[in-house]
Amino acid sequence: MTSQPARTDTPVLALRGVSKRFGAVQALTEVDLEVHGGEVVALVGDNGAGKSTVVKAISGVLTADSGVIEWEGRPVHIGRPHDAQALGIATVYQDLALADNLDVVGNLFLGREVRRWGVLDEVEMERRSRELLDTLSIKIPSVRIPVASLSGGQRQTVAISRSLLGDPKVVILDEPTAALGVEQTAQVLDLVERLRERGLGVILISHNMADVGAVADRVAVLRLGRNNGVFDGHATSQEEIISAITGASDNAVTRRAARGQEVPAAPVDDPVEPADGTEGDK
Amino acid sequence: MTTTKDPASQPAVVVTDPRLVVAQRGLGGAVSETWRRVRGGELGSIPVIIGLVIIWAIFQSMNSGFLAPSYLSQISVDIVATGMLALGIVFVLLLGEIDLSIGSVSGACAAILAVANQRWGLNELLSILLAVVVGLAMGLIHGFFFAKIGVPAFIVTLAGLLGWLGFMLWVLGSTGSYNLSNTNGLIDRLTNTYFAEVFWSYALAALVALGYLALGLYGSYRRSKAGIPTRKPVEIIIRAVLLGVVLFAIAFVFNQARGLPLAPVIFLVFIVGLDFVLRHTSYGRKVFAVGGNVEAARRAGINVTAIRMSVFAISGTMAAIGGIFFASVNQNITKSGTGQQILMYAIAAAVIGGTSLFGGRGSAFSALLGVLVIQSIAAGMNLVGITDYAQYMVTGLVLLAAVVIDSVSRRSQRASGRA
Repeated sequence: MTSQPARTDTPVLALRGVSKRFGAVQALTEVDLEVHGGEVVALVGDNGAGKSTVVKAISGVLTADSGVIEWEGRPVHIGRPHDAQALGIATVYQDLALADNLDVVGNLFLGREVRRWGVLDEVEMERRSRELLDTLSIKIPSVRIPVASLSGGQRQTVAISRSLLGDPKVVILDEPTAALGVEQTAQVLDLVERLRERGLGVILISHNMADVGAVADRVAVLRLGRNNGVFDGHATSQEEIISAITGASDNAVTRRAARGQEVPAAPVDDPVEPADGTEGDK
Repeated sequence: MTTTKDPASQPAVVVTDPRLVVAQRGLGGAVSETWRRVRGGELGSIPVIIGLVIIWAIFQSMNSGFLAPSYLSQISVDIVATGMLALGIVFVLLLGEIDLSIGSVSGACAAILAVANQRWGLNELLSILLAVVVGLAMGLIHGFFFAKIGVPAFIVTLAGLLGWLGFMLWVLGSTGSYNLSNTNGLIDRLTNTYFAEVFWSYALAALVALGYLALGLYGSYRRSKAGIPTRKPVEIIIRAVLLGVVLFAIAFVFNQARGLPLAPVIFLVFIVGLDFVLRHTSYGRKVFAVGGNVEAARRAGINVTAIRMSVFAISGTMAAIGGIFFASVNQNITKSGTGQQILMYAIAAAVIGGTSLFGGRGSAFSALLGVLVIQSIAAGMNLVGITDYAQYMVTGLVLLAAVVIDSVSRRSQRASGRA
């Protein structure tokens, strides 16, 4: 595990032995996860591996049955989403939750409008929006057009920047590139790297191994609700991570890749894409 | 999407982004901007104003008495009752919901007003306050069942339509009819007051135009001080002058008749006040957010239930106020209440004026424009002598046209990415 220059020593956020059970299903068993400031931790796993359950436990949507969540070394209780936000954990969900009919400024400040004598201070909100987007090098044609007219990548960057307004220390991104094209994916990955440069801890949930390899410092693999290894994001090959995700070096993905080599005429599909799409394990 | 080679080295939000068509300035820019909006389905109030001009031209050609100052002055008073209901409906439509109960609520509140004043002997001001509070309570009841219990608004307010109609009949009791024609009483004066001195209409027109100018220039000053792109002062002055010309023309027409009528002034105060609430307070922002994306609003920490209940309370309150104006115009409350068509007219007015049935888009001013169209048609047909059945059919067609425009513009907005 290489140590990154901007990384802090104590993890900002740490899960220790977190378990969660839904009826007859043991969704999480003794899961550990650490996030330091200034690092990107990719959380990967197949559908049903427990990624979403981990995120929900961190963001306060669910409460874990057992185990400890530590914030800057101290155990904390996260009982509802508000607790997580108060600590400094921001979550960007896959569906973004933007109001299409409001403009970029309206969405950024939704629920925390700046007021002046009780009246919305549009000037101040617009100024701060531009400042925020500037520091993140986000390019948006205008902060005064409805979000509906933005591209998918721009909408994603708006959603991520909105999560930064609360000055969080950890940002959780749930499948930020799932619905994006090549150029837009690159923009979002650029933004993820800028978050890291600002010293934030980023938890990146993704099915896309190319994205994970591109930005992740560490890759935490979940398999069937258990930890299945933490890898160095820069030194580990995609094949190794895929083996950890599927639980064996002989799996559907490698067999498929091997078939592709035997029959040169058949083009090899991107071997890292799971066959059932990238919709996440909701 | 972007073709720039090195994104990191460029500033993020350039003041004039080359890809941004919206950023054009000046008069030429304003014209092409308007054209782009029309093509993109953001029709705004253009079709309504064109429709209004056509309606006026048609009736004027059929009867030259239509555009006479006295008739226009009468229309301006007659729009107020329906307009108040439409103003409340705008809020409900912004949530993407519907309130079918407002006709019955306004009738029931008018009945409360009459009974409180005539049978219980309350003074007129207290009777008006009581009627408004009852309307608010009725709206809260609808809001409770819709927002807390989760019954569809259509059904809740349909129940309200029937229930409050029965309530009104019960309140009116065996008497069945109350006469409110207390000349120079407060209720009578609401719609029967005219400021005959020429000064008042012009003063009000000047006040509104100058207020618009001052607020516009102040906003522009603050924006340029904060380094944000803004309208040029010239553009603001041109707009203020145009507004002033229109207002002085209206004032001139009023002065040709009986002077400045009080009722439309009250209506205007309500419109400007509620427009302010919608566009410049965080409450209004929350209403738009809930109408645009409920889940986003909830995640942003907005109390969706409270917003929904409050919107139905506003709708009930405005229905009660409309009922009071109806009582003031008609001076007589009978078992027919405020009539069956006021509900459809109010909803039609809001939609015709440009508030979307699909939620999230609309403005308080749409109530004014829409109710002008509706009332112009009704008044014109009365003048020309067209019978009831044709009036209903024509109004129905106008409503259908408005909804078609709404749906089509929504579709083309989708196509140009502005849903």
